[in-house]
Amino acid sequence: MDKQLKKVDIIFETGDDYNALDVLDKALARPADDIILDLIDSGLKGRGGAGFLTGLKWKFTKNEDSDIKYVICNADEGEPGTFKDREILDRVPEKVFVGMAICGYVIGAREGYIYLRSEYNFLLKNLNHKLEIFNKQLKDRNLDFTIGIRSGSGAYVCGEESALFESMEGHRGEPRNKPPYPTVAGYNRKPTVINNVETLVYVAMISRLGVDRFKELGTKDSRGSKVFSVSGDTPIPGIYELELGMPLSQFVDEFADGDAKAIQVGGASGSCVPRKKFADTIIGFEGIPTGGSMMIFNSTRSMYNVLHDYLEFFTEESCGQCTPCRVGCQQLLKGIEAVKRGEKPPVYLDELKKLTATMRIAAKCGLGQSVGNPFNSIVDNFREEIIY
Amino acid sequence: MSNTDLLVKELVKQHGKTRNSLMAVLQGVVKEERYLSEDAMIAVAKELDLAAADVYGTASFYTFLDTVPRGKNIIRVCKTITCHMKGKDEVLLALENMLKIKAGETTHDKKFTLLTANCLGWCHKGPVMLVNDEVYPDLTPQKAIEIIEEYAKHH
Repeated sequence: MDKQLKKVDIIFETGDDYNALDVLDKALARPADDIILDLIDSGLKGRGGAGFLTGLKWKFTKNEDSDIKYVICNADEGEPGTFKDREILDRVPEKVFVGMAICGYVIGAREGYIYLRSEYNFLLKNLNHKLEIFNKQLKDRNLDFTIGIRSGSGAYVCGEESALFESMEGHRGEPRNKPPYPTVAGYNRKPTVINNVETLVYVAMISRLGVDRFKELGTKDSRGSKVFSVSGDTPIPGIYELELGMPLSQFVDEFADGDAKAIQVGGASGSCVPRKKFADTIIGFEGIPTGGSMMIFNSTRSMYNVLHDYLEFFTEESCGQCTPCRVGCQQLLKGIEAVKRGEKPPVYLDELKKLTATMRIAAKCGLGQSVGNPFNSIVDNFREEIIY
Repeated sequence: MSNTDLLVKELVKQHGKTRNSLMAVLQGVVKEERYLSEDAMIAVAKELDLAAADVYGTASFYTFLDTVPRGKNIIRVCKTITCHMKGKDEVLLALENMLKIKAGETTHDKKFTLLTANCLGWCHKGPVMLVNDEVYPDLTPQKAIEIIEEYAKHH
């Protein structure tokens, strides 16, 4: 049977019996390997969008033989339509710190960093103040781990993990070739766990609530819940924590304005789902995975304008390092403009789709690889809007 | 020694004399001087023992590390899809008319630079703008003008 839409309150929960430090103490009293086994058993996958198993990432990093290891919290939230990490860092920062400290303990790291996008600099004052207290509490517990903050400077691509390391090392934010993966050579080319803000909170909350409570939620492929950022044509935009695995139709019933014609799931780099597919689309790793961005478009919106906005975004944010992405994004943008003006025939759209296939194979990082998601899903489902 | 040189020396002292400090040092200069002048980048290169071209290479990658002069207050209006749907064009137009400049330009008195920016992460409360580090969500053209008028008076 299909999962029903269900609101959950784990991430932002601040009940009377909850204390971030109790959660940390509970974790520190256990062997590191047990915590990893719990995480693997929980099925927790990264909440930034890519969805790698968090427990495995930690295990690989723990197994690396190195004196120096790092924990990095990826708070370079730049995907259009996503604003959950800002809300988490604003409302429950201690939960993020606890997740990082547990990770430091488990993998044997002494330094942790939050890489915060500069658009969120207004959070710095509060975060620095709370970190000062938290770092002291870590010292009181004889845990040799300190958390600091590093700021971005307005580059979407720095949310890509290896570009983020480059930025922290004082370089242009250009993604590296993989392998080696961060678990082997991350920040300063040392073994590094890099997790999304929300993922680290779930680590803390699994430690608090137990694996079973987490596994009760979601489906076999998508355990747990997820924070969704809802925007666009909705009477109730905002942040909602929902169980994974629901059909998109239920999401639309709950959040849209009754006239939704398309939902962009997963931000600009995600996929566009048209009305006729709402009922068959599952929100989760078995269907359409998402970093949490859900943008709702009603029938008054031009999907040409939507796609045009996305392509402008990628053209500007492409780091320019690899040709498939740098030139590909520009050509896609010019291409739909030419079709719209009638300078190219409608079949030219199929040539552009082939270009996205090339980009998927040949681009160096997720940015260029994923431009085909919005492009193909919008062109396939709203072809007449692109042409006329 | 110029003020810029002193500032750079101080920032390098604070963040450490390593390449890993480069972003923090450049951000510190921008915070004080609003942009990275040629002199500032050369001073950073000297202090961190890097090629000036290397410093410029890093600086020119990042939208928030400007290498051209900027006004005392930098306005960034979000132009990404949801803010677009909620009326960022009208907000931008109102600010352009008020400041008598186009997006990308700086006022004659060097008080304001008006820019557009990609997604600022306030899609549920668009249109939104940043003035320096401060966020102003749920804008209307009128509200945006009133906010900037306050800055004109007090900053």
